[in-house]
Amino acid sequence: MGSNYDKFETVCRILEENKFDKAKLISILQTIQEEYKYLPEEILAFVASTLKISPAKVYGVATFFAHFTLEPKGKHIIRICDGTACHVKRSTSLIETVRNKLGLKENEISTKDMLFTIDTVACLGACGLAPVVVVNEEVHGQMTPDKIVSLVDEILKQEEVK
Amino acid sequence: MEKYLMINGRKVLFDNEKNILEVIKRGGVELPTFCYHSELSVHGSCRLCMVEVKGRGILAACSTPPESGMEIKTNTEQIINIRKIIVELLLASHDRECTTCAKSESCKLQTLARRLGIESIRFKNILHKEQKDVSTYALIREPNKCVLCGDCVRFCDEIQSIGALGFANRGSQSVVCPGFGKELESSECVYCGQCARVCPTGAIVPKSEINYIWKALSNTNKKVVIAIAPAVRASIGEVFGLGGENGTKVAGKVVTALKDMGFYKVFDISFTADMTIVEEANEFLRRIEKNDNIPMFTSCCPAWVKFVEQYYPDFIKHLSTCRSPQGMYGSIARRIMPEILTIPKEDLVVVSVMPCTAKKYEARRPQLAKDGVIDIDYVLTTQELAMMIGEAGYRFNELEPSAFDMPLGFKTGGGVIFGNSGGVTEAVLRNVVDTKFDGVNEAEQFSLVRGEAGVREVKINLGSRELKIAVVYGLKNARKILRDVEADKTRYDFVEVMACPGGCVGGAGQPVYTDLTVRKKRAKVLYENDKTMELHKPKDNPYVQKLYKDYLGEPGSKKAHEYLHTSYKYKKRFKETLEISDSVENNNIKVNVCFGNNCTTKGSKEILKHIVNFVEQENRKDKVDIIASICLEKCSKGPNIKVAGKTIEHCTTKAAEEAIRAELEKL
Repeated sequence: MGSNYDKFETVCRILEENKFDKAKLISILQTIQEEYKYLPEEILAFVASTLKISPAKVYGVATFFAHFTLEPKGKHIIRICDGTACHVKRSTSLIETVRNKLGLKENEISTKDMLFTIDTVACLGACGLAPVVVVNEEVHGQMTPDKIVSLVDEILKQEEVK
Repeated sequence: MEKYLMINGRKVLFDNEKNILEVIKRGGVELPTFCYHSELSVHGSCRLCMVEVKGRGILAACSTPPESGMEIKTNTEQIINIRKIIVELLLASHDRECTTCAKSESCKLQTLARRLGIESIRFKNILHKEQKDVSTYALIREPNKCVLCGDCVRFCDEIQSIGALGFANRGSQSVVCPGFGKELESSECVYCGQCARVCPTGAIVPKSEINYIWKALSNTNKKVVIAIAPAVRASIGEVFGLGGENGTKVAGKVVTALKDMGFYKVFDISFTADMTIVEEANEFLRRIEKNDNIPMFTSCCPAWVKFVEQYYPDFIKHLSTCRSPQGMYGSIARRIMPEILTIPKEDLVVVSVMPCTAKKYEARRPQLAKDGVIDIDYVLTTQELAMMIGEAGYRFNELEPSAFDMPLGFKTGGGVIFGNSGGVTEAVLRNVVDTKFDGVNEAEQFSLVRGEAGVREVKINLGSRELKIAVVYGLKNARKILRDVEADKTRYDFVEVMACPGGCVGGAGQPVYTDLTVRKKRAKVLYENDKTMELHKPKDNPYVQKLYKDYLGEPGSKKAHEYLHTSYKYKKRFKETLEISDSVENNNIKVNVCFGNNCTTKGSKEILKHIVNFVEQENRKDKVDIIASICLEKCSKGPNIKVAGKTIEHCTTKAAEEAIRAELEKL
């Protein structure tokens, strides 16, 4: 069957492997996020129900850690570092440029077609290369607004070919 | 050896106190705090109770255990400054519309700001305006007034085992909210309102219905009748400096005030409490005789009823089907009163005054309505009644007491003690156990069910049978009892459950209290009131007898069932469903597989797998939509699936396959 079943099956397996132990909530959520790329509300409700903890508690954990996201992410994730080193090297102009390029409004982080998600992160641990941008898994150092635009264009071109 | 602390140079002895805050209190100093409640776990988040401990620096008193010989200062300049800064910072992100706040005058933040002499706030206001949550009948959440002390979160989790509220986000973005940031109405909240009682500010408050009442009173076409619950007389005096005052006297003053406001008739819920006992005692005896759904659980606490409906549907049949006293009042007022009072039905407005926020929800239960007309129009809390008395300008202390209106004004002691934890049980026992102890004070025979503990067990002989009874408050305690009964670890015949600590006297609609001795005082008022009553057994109430004779027949009769009983329904906790098929279409065969916690552990995963494979093999993916649901509401019969609307209980892979095949063949 399709991917929905495979994902759900994985969640069931994870819960079983963790013996429905509420103390393992965080690692359960991590695996779910790997599977779905985010934490869907229905899955969190399912987790709360099977682990016998309140939805408010699951929601609390899911929103506490920056690692977790409750919003679906786009196909391509652009993470822009806004840690101290990157910030003084003008990472804000990168954020602005790429958001404008993608036409994101105030609180939006993903494009409507779900092709891109922009994530601002506190520090990627590569301060020597500041300002740093990670596109999907690839690290790009010493970024400029022009370079980030061309990175986006490249992806757009690839997507068109497909 | 004598253990002591030196507090501000004074020697204060201690023995079992868990923290120095309690010892300091014993020494006569009330440290400021938002997050410390002796009933709850220590949180240590508000940092207001800071004290200076010699050799150890500045510590939070609530989370520091006492050690003999500690030298503590509670009022150094540094400490005072810290406290001021904390309060200023809280005020800088607080909605400071105090004059219009429901908690004004009983707000700890307001009191503390005044106590610390805060004249200006040096910090910029950083309040992010968030929307009020008015989704429930019982409570209003105002996130803009939250100080993040977590009292509500801990009460709901630790005492009620519900966890409807939780912390979300982090740092400056932290909030307290129901799961997924939704409205309270969509959560598992049972509306006990204890969150509002422990909230130091106005971030959660009972929802007021006062305006509707004034409006009804000023409508000359309407006859507004009102009834006050037993626990109200034990607490309303506190608002007017009459805490602990004789219940009959206080109730009498309330009657005078209500009459003056324009209420057509003022009744006493204690009367319908007597009826509840008569009906419930009869039901209990019948059930005992037939061994039918024993233990029987009381059903007068609507928070508890909702708790059973949403967490323990298999126990619904163990709940007494008797309406609560409020429910019985509603039914009698709406359906019989117009005839007794000779007024047209449509002119009647029915109001009750309750110590409780959940009663506001109860009154709107569809089961307490007939032909679309709800029995009770409005429910006021004790707090609201006190506010109305204040609003009208009555000098409460000077009011001459008046008598309740008949027939719903006469009560026995059994109806009055209803407001205390253990009261219902005691009243039922007075009714069912034929006491032959001559010379024993009737009112005190069954007082062994009284007490302050959250779980009390009593054994009493009923004829040749020994009755095992439990009296419980706090839903966490109740959950434990349910689990024990479920696992056959223990046997009970009768279990009384009240959600609020102490029973209704400790309800969230009562005047706000933090000192637990207040609750004891209220309980005492009701027990004292009982002593002064002429009659103590609800079945002896002549007006109850007459009402039965004129309108209802015998207790437990068909008519009595129609008027005085109710029904319960499983309440889904989760509404989420998950599409397993990659695309779902309207006309396809729907297959729901239950993934509630019961079914999940009973093998829904294997069934789902089988169904998915079967549909794939048959190549009918385009015709069958598979959905995982939490849940299908038949937990004791799991695993359950639903194929094209038909539920299959105790489902097996084979049964599932056959059902789907049958549906496919119909195509």
